[in-house]
Amino acid sequence: MVDLLRAVFVAPFADMAGNPTFLVEVLIGGIAAGLMYSLVALGFVLIFKASSVFNFAQGVMVLFAALTLVGLMEKGAPVPVALVLTVIVMIALAFAIERVVLRPLVNQEHIILFMATIGLNFFLEGFGEMAWGANVKKLDVGIPDTSFLVRGVQINRLELTAALTAAALVTVLAIFFQRTKIGRALRAVADDHEAALSVGIPLKTIWVVVWSVAGIVAIVAGVMWGAKSGVQFSLSLIALKALPVLILGGFTSVPGAIVGGLIIGVGEKLGEVYWGPLVGGAIENWFAYVLALAFLLIRPQGLFGEKIIERV
Amino acid sequence: MIYRETGQFKTSYASDQAIFPIAQDRIFVLLAVAAAFVVPPLMASQYWLQAVLIPLLVYALAALGLNLLTGYAGQVSLGTGGFMAVGAYSAFKLSMAFPQVNVILVFLMSGVVTALVGLVFGIPSLRIKGFYLAVATLAAQFFLIWLFNKVPWFVNYSSSGTITAPTRTLFGVTVSGPQATAGARYLVAIGLVTIFALVAKNLVRGRVGRSWMAIRDRDIAAEIIGVRPMRTKLLAFAISSFYCGVAGAELVFLYLGSAETLAFDINLSFLVLFMVIIGGLGSVLGSFLGAAFIVLVPIFLTNVPHLIGLPLPVALQKQIELMVFGALIIFFLIVEPNGLARLWQVTKEKLRLWPFPH
Amino acid sequence: MMPASALESPLLRVEDITVRFGAVQALTEVSVDVHRGEIVAIIGPNGAGKTTLLNVISGFYHPRSGRIFFQGRDRTQLKPFDVAALGIARTFQNVALFKGMSVLDNIMTGRLLKMRGSFLLDAVYWGPARRQELAHRAAVERVIDFLEIQAIRKTPAGRLPYGLQKRVELARALAAEPQLLLLDEPMAGMNVEEKEDMSRFILDLHDEFGTTIVLIEHDMSVVMDISDRVVVLDYGRKIADGPPEIVRKDQVVMDAYLGVAHG
Repeated sequence: MVDLLRAVFVAPFADMAGNPTFLVEVLIGGIAAGLMYSLVALGFVLIFKASSVFNFAQGVMVLFAALTLVGLMEKGAPVPVALVLTVIVMIALAFAIERVVLRPLVNQEHIILFMATIGLNFFLEGFGEMAWGANVKKLDVGIPDTSFLVRGVQINRLELTAALTAAALVTVLAIFFQRTKIGRALRAVADDHEAALSVGIPLKTIWVVVWSVAGIVAIVAGVMWGAKSGVQFSLSLIALKALPVLILGGFTSVPGAIVGGLIIGVGEKLGEVYWGPLVGGAIENWFAYVLALAFLLIRPQGLFGEKIIERV
Repeated sequence: MIYRETGQFKTSYASDQAIFPIAQDRIFVLLAVAAAFVVPPLMASQYWLQAVLIPLLVYALAALGLNLLTGYAGQVSLGTGGFMAVGAYSAFKLSMAFPQVNVILVFLMSGVVTALVGLVFGIPSLRIKGFYLAVATLAAQFFLIWLFNKVPWFVNYSSSGTITAPTRTLFGVTVSGPQATAGARYLVAIGLVTIFALVAKNLVRGRVGRSWMAIRDRDIAAEIIGVRPMRTKLLAFAISSFYCGVAGAELVFLYLGSAETLAFDINLSFLVLFMVIIGGLGSVLGSFLGAAFIVLVPIFLTNVPHLIGLPLPVALQKQIELMVFGALIIFFLIVEPNGLARLWQVTKEKLRLWPFPH
Repeated sequence: MMPASALESPLLRVEDITVRFGAVQALTEVSVDVHRGEIVAIIGPNGAGKTTLLNVISGFYHPRSGRIFFQGRDRTQLKPFDVAALGIARTFQNVALFKGMSVLDNIMTGRLLKMRGSFLLDAVYWGPARRQELAHRAAVERVIDFLEIQAIRKTPAGRLPYGLQKRVELARALAAEPQLLLLDEPMAGMNVEEKEDMSRFILDLHDEFGTTIVLIEHDMSVVMDISDRVVVLDYGRKIADGPPEIVRKDQVVMDAYLGVAHG
């Protein structure tokens, strides 16, 4: 029994202290992974913030964006052209989604909309596979997947670029929401569709804008993930991983998505490396969810979420 | 309808509360159920039994379980696959450890085990609601699958990591294992699902069902009028998990013959959720309709292109399947969020008046 | 309308209740006594804290300070379903019916507290479970008869017009056979005819079952007609408490409604 306690509560920390360089590398790996999660979660947050729809298809949108980009590049388009075309595709997708899925369901409850996005998820998965083929594709954005040393610690160029891009994107989005007129309109729509309509906010336009921005975020996320691990279908499962991030960070907070992503990313990596061997490894499969669950039990609205005061 | 209801007055509350108040409906359903027991084992082909009817019944039971939890009690769950796995693995362990125990009893015991697990994972529902609860159930899903993968005790240390249904008999007929005929397995499946459907119907039309629906529709008001949220939600999780557990056991014993954890992954959870959505949330009939739909669409997609002379490669077929599923879900949610069951109800009402327009 | 004896201890005593939501003080040291068999109306401008008062009595909010006594015992910290179990039923400002259920089922939920039983027996729907269900159905039918809503028994509650929804909500509260009935704006949104019907129902149920009633109401003529006593709230404080004719002429009350500056 004492052995078990020691193994769980003492040994891992001793390991960490014993090899600080390795610890830093694990942390950096965690931060990098966490930022990737944040990017995907950001897409969720945007859509949820603006339309109170939990877009389950966000993960598949990331995949779809990456697939389109790679597909175009394989057909010979240079990177900037391919990027622009992909952006156009994602905007067109946003229009289509608004027309076919959102508009007919405009007054339904959130759970119905959520389920519609699950349907969308499956549709896009099948469609993407059909259009671009099912094998893994390599995505080359011109940044080598090599590392360099900083004071004995290995830092990966690609991960660094991803982290910086994510940080920049988040800052831009945060300013967009807080400071601009459109941002304010988006927040109104998220609160109450009908009320927003009644003060003259053009719902349809707003939704297209939001889903387009989410689509662009999806492109960035897709590129970063794809460059790191190749464009393949497991990318759509990342949507599920983003859920714990959203739990921690709240569904409507842009900074929350970042913090949540970092906590999940770092937590997962630390858990896997230092505690994983105790139970045979692969705890990454469920660690994030259990962590989120634990948080929820303490604070049902997540770290950054608003406390829901229910009225009768 | 083809028959009219005039002249049938309900003279007691008992007759009003009956599951099928109209006499002709009662007779019709009894005949249909009797036919379902007798006809397929005698006349259906192996293919139909193995590929369509048996999975339909097994999935219908799982869909019933999920419908009770999500459709009636309003607790979103993405953990169905995990719970079915608990049922399958516990049935396997129990049957291997006690080979002389009746296989139906083994199923029921595995259901109880799953109910207990469901209770544990249902506890968060007392604090957490809606989407957040879905995440909690995802934790259950991923954790349980990981558990069955990692701990070899569950597969009796088999090197292949799979569990296989042992040969078991019921009333002298082999119903599971390699020698069991499709007909025998079908009869067990339909027997169980009929009983459980009846039980579910009894639960939802009485006190339990009402407290579930009250929590689903307006949990704050429900609490203020005296519904105890903790008991109500936990009961929903327990009963739903029981059903899913038995369905999981049936999946291995009566349908697949053997399985590994992949059979119970997140895709199964989504599949069952779709059955419930398409069939109709909050409807016992809907669970069956949804299961039938989900089982038949791939069959349709496999066979129709052949019939019209347009064979599709397997990969493309799978992709079209996904697209069709996705599109149908969206379609149903737009046209009839209450699913096939409601569509059926509306059709019946129209038929009642036919051929009169109103 | 017979006011209860002032010597008898009150059925409900609310004593110096203060309720805060963050920085907002919704109720400040409010005290109200309600005697058995009384009809007490709570009035006041919007935002005065009337619904908050009902919510505190229901156990949905817990007061920061002060106490609540029901039938002589301290009930301040009870949970909502325990309060319901004591015999306090209520209706809600925004009609909290269970939209997915029929009218009959909605009213049956009002009897849930009285339904005992194990789910195992329910599952078989035989014997005790079946008898209990039918007995409660009979009780609910009596309420349905009383409120004249037989025709809409099987209609899903969400499809009813507003006025009928309010009546069904009243039926649900009555089905619980409560000692104390809390009604939150039972006549909101109704036309004159509907209000007359509702007033008649409230008076009838008071006469027939002797139920003690506390209601929040904006329509002064209704208040004058049916209540024994009127309590006036303004900005979370009680500013008047007495028979309707007297409260109506109270200068402080008139100032509150007209928006004259407060101290």
